[in-house]
Amino acid sequence: MNAIDIKDVKVGYTKRTVIDELSVTIPENKITTIIGPNGCGKSTLIKTIARILKAEEGAIYLDGTSIQKMDTREIAKQMAILPQSADSPAGLSVFELVSYGRFPYRRRMGSMTAEDYEYINWAIEVTGLQSFRDRPISEMSGGQRQRVWIAMSLAQGTEILVLDEPTTYLDLAHQLDVLMLLDKLNKLEKRTIVMVLHDLNHASRFSDYMIAMREGEIITDGPPEEVMTKDNLRDIFNIEADLTDCPYSGNPVYLSYHLSGSDDHLPSRNDDREVM
Amino acid sequence: MTTSGKDNKRDKEAVKAVSKTARPVRGIFIIIGGLVFLGIAFMVSISLGAADIDLQTVWTALTGFDPAVSQHQIIWELRFPRIIGAALVGAAFSIAGALMQGMTRNPLADSGLLGLNAGAIFMLAISFAFFPGLPYVYVVLMSFAGAALGAVIVYGIGSLSRNGLTPIRLVLAGAAVTALLTALSQGIALYFNVGQDIAFWYAGGVSSTRWSHLAVITPVLLLMVIASLAISRSITILSLGEEVAVGLGERTMRTKLISGVIIVVLAGLAVSVVGAVSFVGLIVPHLTRKLVGYDYRWIIPVSAIVGAMLVVVADLLARTLNAPYEIPIGALISLVGVPFFLYLARKGGKEI
Repeated sequence: MNAIDIKDVKVGYTKRTVIDELSVTIPENKITTIIGPNGCGKSTLIKTIARILKAEEGAIYLDGTSIQKMDTREIAKQMAILPQSADSPAGLSVFELVSYGRFPYRRRMGSMTAEDYEYINWAIEVTGLQSFRDRPISEMSGGQRQRVWIAMSLAQGTEILVLDEPTTYLDLAHQLDVLMLLDKLNKLEKRTIVMVLHDLNHASRFSDYMIAMREGEIITDGPPEEVMTKDNLRDIFNIEADLTDCPYSGNPVYLSYHLSGSDDHLPSRNDDREVM
Repeated sequence: MTTSGKDNKRDKEAVKAVSKTARPVRGIFIIIGGLVFLGIAFMVSISLGAADIDLQTVWTALTGFDPAVSQHQIIWELRFPRIIGAALVGAAFSIAGALMQGMTRNPLADSGLLGLNAGAIFMLAISFAFFPGLPYVYVVLMSFAGAALGAVIVYGIGSLSRNGLTPIRLVLAGAAVTALLTALSQGIALYFNVGQDIAFWYAGGVSSTRWSHLAVITPVLLLMVIASLAISRSITILSLGEEVAVGLGERTMRTKLISGVIIVVLAGLAVSVVGAVSFVGLIVPHLTRKLVGYDYRWIIPVSAIVGAMLVVVADLLARTLNAPYEIPIGALISLVGVPFFLYLARKGGKEI
């Protein structure tokens, strides 16, 4: 089953077309990661899926229906979005921000229902934020804030989560923390997750499916063992990577790499030290 | 729902936790307290002025008006409408400021700073120069058009810049456009010899407010208050950021459009009464957020009350500090507004 079908979309900004005639499908109940070098159009693609950008041609289908024909609030009940630069009003508390995840379900003047509270509490619990629920978000660290935003998306109660670089600006431990949380949500709750990641090893380790882009086109898509190959990485990033298997996931990861076409390796730092 | 503890106990705890963070109780308290304060300020303000009238006479004038008593005449024809005008103007500027700040996430948004007030004055100058004796309803309409003009020019210039609209950049564009439109208005005023009519609107004041004006602006203002409350929840969602709002299923274009119309009408309406008074729309929403939090369903009504209080008190001071002369109300509010603006600008606009 496909969660999202992207068919022949053309997207761009006022003068420049970023992606053209792009088609790809996002599998249901899986973690899909979009990778590619800077400016390859991965962010444009995910924003189009999230309906932040509008496709000039083609369409995005959610469960077989074009999102342009759907009521935006109905989409919000099926798909939650975490933009790259989410930034909340300074004094908002964790509970307050997470409760906005219930916005698509609320009537004009109605207050929150028991079901709303149930979702909010669950979202706070599953992201491990119980002890922070009344804390202003401005007093929290970057990693904790990202958890709060993820909690808000979860309170939306959607089958699909779309995240644009959820680990950017986080240190190594917090990056892993966020990805493990998403992994848990996928495994336990069967959520379909689509995201853009910069770190290839993270992408490979945590994905069921990868989409690799370059210059607005999809170079290859498939499971990590098919995408993370020496040849593909050369095509996508112009690098020669030394691949091995991740001891945790078994998926391919790179140990180190150098730029394609440059054989002149610098002497290793260890050699240097011996000379001195 | 896939997972969750369904026990009622937790739900009750949740409700308790909300009441700790959400601030509706405080909101209600401020609204009621504010109304009481306004009532008292009305009485005091009516009694004080160029000619002091004791509270007893004020009371009898309000309860049993006697046209033969000159003090009753002063109260009914001069002071009462001006105080109501002050309250309405304060509410209008403050709601406009709150909507602007929430919608654009720009902590420095204010109808005065972003050129709306200058635009309104410009159109007022044109209407005095070319259509003297225009009925007040049309004067107000010209003022709306002017506020819209100012907003369009400022946002137009702001969005020309390569790196997008930052709060500071918009304020700079607002300052430039304000200078230009003010110069043009003054030119028109001098050339067509309507300087007397216009000068009053630069300095700002409610002294010329009459019942006939209030009859025009009060229904419009009430309509705008209702409209802004109707979109208040959407404004809260927009204040989380455009992309987050889209993700939550908010119809952002529609909300921005409605909100834009409300802002222009409120600013134009306020300027047509009091003139180009800046900073009310800047200060009040910030103060209000400190009091009731970030939910615009509370920010809007509380801003209206606090704004009304601010301008009524400012008007009282304007009339009494240097009686029998009046200090321009705009100058008085700027005394508080400018330092406050500098404080916000120093923080680099991270407040919202």
